[in-house]
Amino acid sequence: MYILIDVVLLAMLALTALRVIFLKDLFAVVMLFGIYSFISALIFVNLDAVDVAFTEASVGAGISTVLMLGTLALTGRTEKENKHSQLLPLLVVTITGAALIYGTLDMPPFGDPNNPIHQHVAPRYIEQSPQEVGLPNMVTSVLASYRGFDTFGETVVVFAAAVGVLSLLGVGRREKEAAESGLKSHRVLHVVAKLLIPLIILFALYVQFHGDFGPGGGFQAGVIAAAAFILYSLVFGLPSAFEVVSSRFVKVLAPVGVLIYASVGLVSMLKGGNFLDYNVLAQDPIHGQHYGIIIIELGVGITVFAVMLSIFYAFARQTEKANIQ
Amino acid sequence: MEILEIVSAILLVAGIFFGLTGAIGLFRFPDFFTRVHAASVTDSFAAILIIAGLMLLTNFDINTAKLLFILIFLLLTSPTASHALAKSARHGGLITMAETKAPSPAVAGKTASNDDGVN
Repeated sequence: MYILIDVVLLAMLALTALRVIFLKDLFAVVMLFGIYSFISALIFVNLDAVDVAFTEASVGAGISTVLMLGTLALTGRTEKENKHSQLLPLLVVTITGAALIYGTLDMPPFGDPNNPIHQHVAPRYIEQSPQEVGLPNMVTSVLASYRGFDTFGETVVVFAAAVGVLSLLGVGRREKEAAESGLKSHRVLHVVAKLLIPLIILFALYVQFHGDFGPGGGFQAGVIAAAAFILYSLVFGLPSAFEVVSSRFVKVLAPVGVLIYASVGLVSMLKGGNFLDYNVLAQDPIHGQHYGIIIIELGVGITVFAVMLSIFYAFARQTEKANIQ
Repeated sequence: MEILEIVSAILLVAGIFFGLTGAIGLFRFPDFFTRVHAASVTDSFAAILIIAGLMLLTNFDINTAKLLFILIFLLLTSPTASHALAKSARHGGLITMAETKAPSPAVAGKTASNDDGVN
């Protein structure tokens, strides 16, 4: 049964990818990318990787679709005609694809418990993490505690992405000149958005602080919270969104999350442990782990929220500028 | 317990039926507005039936409540999405099939006045 579902989903994935290649309408391509992400999320659910599925659905299908639509609003929605010869790209793609398929021949059988990946550190995580970290959701234990360095790196990467996008699109100081925008005539949208936005933010907080016990965590929560504000600015217009969360505030918030994360590491060093060693944060090592994980997840959530929102603001402001001209 | 399972099966099959008809309608209907109609039927009615069917299969614990929340969320969002889609198309100047068949001056004037909404 699982295999049947997997095969159907993978076939849909391949069909979506093929459709993306042959379509010239970029708007449809962006929508297909959203569908692609949702199908990937379903595959992850089928593999029991609910945390990854959650991230894929919220980041891949949610935020990146919005950001790509923002890009399309700037660049136009049809693909340019390619005048170069397509022989060389085809050759490169064919060789790369053949090499990748050749590589899979050496891969261990799918789902075999004796695979190296299941024998290296995974047994320790599964057997020891209830005693060492004490969280019901082992994914959070691995992500936030055992692999706290990696997650710190990811948070810095997210922050660096914001720095890159903002330096490309311009920081933009003239907030006051933003033109009237939003969907003024959509009364139904206004009512429903007003009803839903508080619930979305509440759900984001739930995902943030329930990540220790169930699927979720800082990355997903940050994206969901950012989605609530993006929805607000899409429906009510960018100026109203700036009144709620100004773009300067968002820019301050993005490094604050990274600093919260890093400061947990510094505090643990001051207390005599290694960087990001949560055991020393409290008398009881398990309590220390809990404090550390909750605080660093908060840092991750704040950074992801601020970065997503500031990238969206940057795109939306550019679009408005283009519309005025 | 048995009755619940039978009712749930009926609801699930009905939901699948409506989902399937919606998908067929999405491909076979002639123009944009009829297609949106077909898609919105799938979104709202099939979702109600399927989630209701799944709720009957739970042990009436927290999972039932979660399914109920999902249902409420879908009932709020999917008709809104269909409405926004149709309304945006209307603002963009798309006219219905009846209007293309019988282009009366009143209808033409109405769509022209709606043209300035989006874009």
